[in-house]
Amino acid sequence: MALLQIAEPGMSAAPHQHRLAVGIDLGTTNSLVATVRSGMSVVLSDENGRPLLPSIVRYSPNGEIETGYAAQAHQCADPQNTVISVKRFMGRGLKDIPHAHEMPYKFIEAPGMVQFKTAAGIKSPVEVSSDILKTLRTRAEKALGGELVGAVITVPAYFDDAQRQATKDAARLAGLNVLRLLNEPTAAAVAYGLDNASEGIYAVYDLGGGTFDISILRLQKGVFEVLATNGDSSLGGDDFDRRVFCWVLEQATLTPLNANDTRLLMAKAREVKEELTYHPEVRFTSMLSTGEMVDLKITSVILAEITHSLVQKTLAPTRKALRDAGLSAENIKGVVMVGGATRMPHIQQAVAAFFKQEPLTNLDPDKVVALGAAIQANVLAGNKSDDEMLLLDVIPLSLGIETMGGLVEKVIPRNATIPTARGQDFTTYKDGQTAMSFHVVQGERELISDCRSLARFELRGIPPMVAGAARIRLTFQVDADGLLSVSAREQTSGVEAAITVKPSYGLSDDQITDMLAASRDYASADMLARALKEQQVEANAILAAVAAAIEADGALLTPEESAAIAASQSTLLKTLAGIDHRALKAAVEGLNHVTESFAARRMDNSIKKALTGQKLADIAS
Amino acid sequence: MAITLTQQAAKHVQNYIAKRGKGVGLRLAVRTTGCSGLAYVLEFADEAQESDAAFESHGVKVFVDPKSLAYIDGTELDYAREGLNEGFKFNNPNVKDACGCGESFNV
Repeated sequence: MALLQIAEPGMSAAPHQHRLAVGIDLGTTNSLVATVRSGMSVVLSDENGRPLLPSIVRYSPNGEIETGYAAQAHQCADPQNTVISVKRFMGRGLKDIPHAHEMPYKFIEAPGMVQFKTAAGIKSPVEVSSDILKTLRTRAEKALGGELVGAVITVPAYFDDAQRQATKDAARLAGLNVLRLLNEPTAAAVAYGLDNASEGIYAVYDLGGGTFDISILRLQKGVFEVLATNGDSSLGGDDFDRRVFCWVLEQATLTPLNANDTRLLMAKAREVKEELTYHPEVRFTSMLSTGEMVDLKITSVILAEITHSLVQKTLAPTRKALRDAGLSAENIKGVVMVGGATRMPHIQQAVAAFFKQEPLTNLDPDKVVALGAAIQANVLAGNKSDDEMLLLDVIPLSLGIETMGGLVEKVIPRNATIPTARGQDFTTYKDGQTAMSFHVVQGERELISDCRSLARFELRGIPPMVAGAARIRLTFQVDADGLLSVSAREQTSGVEAAITVKPSYGLSDDQITDMLAASRDYASADMLARALKEQQVEANAILAAVAAAIEADGALLTPEESAAIAASQSTLLKTLAGIDHRALKAAVEGLNHVTESFAARRMDNSIKKALTGQKLADIAS
Repeated sequence: MAITLTQQAAKHVQNYIAKRGKGVGLRLAVRTTGCSGLAYVLEFADEAQESDAAFESHGVKVFVDPKSLAYIDGTELDYAREGLNEGFKFNNPNVKDACGCGESFNV
């Protein structure tokens, strides 16, 4: 028979109506899935009892997809088709990625987001992430014995709109209903807040595999308010591995390595780094494919030395976040440590010295985010009754609009609580201006080129007025997931334009559907549709122009010419109804051709008209 | 007759109540719903009702309203693992037939 969980009083679900919800920590290095069972948040382990799923996906030529430990096993032997730390690529272009040339992948630059060329075809980071999520979803459905109603997925507080949207798309591709995207530190606070139920201001220091986040949170009467967030979206445990790796290259004076050896030494570097948490001294031994032997002794003191600057790099954003919140280290009641990298003793010491107190480590730093996400998912799925915690989140980066001269006008400042809506008035800068184009950006810098472009849209149909007379109200709205929609409205005429900000790589709902259907023809179909659209615009323009010309100067035409033009017009009209862009182009050219001499005559005529009865002197002046 | 818990089930219930931070015990009930007529209700109990029948098994208090008791008297509540799934199981001697998954039943 079915296995039951204990429900809150009065919240029992009808048979087969269980609202199964999970929290997912989609991490750079490892991912986890957790759920609330009989009121308790637990991480769901796989068949072998392992809670972590390495965020690694391998694509084989036969189309087989392996994830987690199975994929990790091939990491060294097949680096090109084994994607690790995919989270670093979410919503990112090739130019955004540091050390891209050191990575073993075949990158393909695509608009907005880089892609990988694998043995199983071209994969975007969204697809790779969705393969990780699919594995977690299957695990959760097996463990809970039913379909999930939804998931809360955590993202670093620092993720911009493109990265959040990419994460949401990945979840949808994996068939998960996203109840909410939740900032990782907030999730950690949820996990700790419920367990310890102590009010005050906390700092969440989250050093994961690939990202560093510091968040200042206030826990008060069951309400979590994020006072400030800061961090570095490309600093994490991976960088500590890299330091060890570089130290090994230096010490062993190795010649440039091939991809397999690089992977081998990187994996070994990570292993050694982890061992140094529990032992003061570890041997680094590895046999390269060249037969060369690496055998070095590394101590925790050396590790602390070579990674000193990385630890310092985490303290600068920490200072900044405190300043943003208007606080100093003394105001912090507790420091929550999140992320496997915070197990390193020298990091704990540095954090303790900074905040002048021992950080909290009583929950597993690898699991705490997933546990908190599960608690939130349970609430959002409707499994808890009253006295619910209200979760306030903030915008991690300011949202603004481009103004004249390539400058940014901030509309919603960073750290504004969400959901939120803000309006700002703009005006025209030229007499008779009837359209306005908006460029929505995210970032803290003043110049548009230093911020991240999110979307562009236009407001047309502004009634012509003198410059500065039009009143255009621009409204920015951010929903609970941190996703933005922008609308512009001319106040006197009421004309409106709006856009929901999709990231610059632009996955629309339709495209997601198409990806689900694995339609490979999409690209060419899209191209055809675009070509057709362009020709349709062209055809309509020429039809209108010819009609206007005949109306004005039809007398200049011979009956034969009139008949030829009429025939061409009707051919074009007929083709316009079709979908063949080439035929349409030919018809447009046809009409163009038969009207050429007519156009020339009209030109002559109008010049003649203009010149008749004029004195030479008048014309010359 | 009575309602009992296995040692394993009692251990989990105590653990959950401790985590939850409040509650006097467990409430078992049935309600008329589901594909085979009746369905189990398993909830934390924040207070006992006057008409409740109360039982205690391995240190866990169990409350059952008299109407439900007729359907589940003699039930042993167990905690079981099935593959990755785990949870509570009603071993109810009154059940004549149940739906495929056992979530609803008939007496």
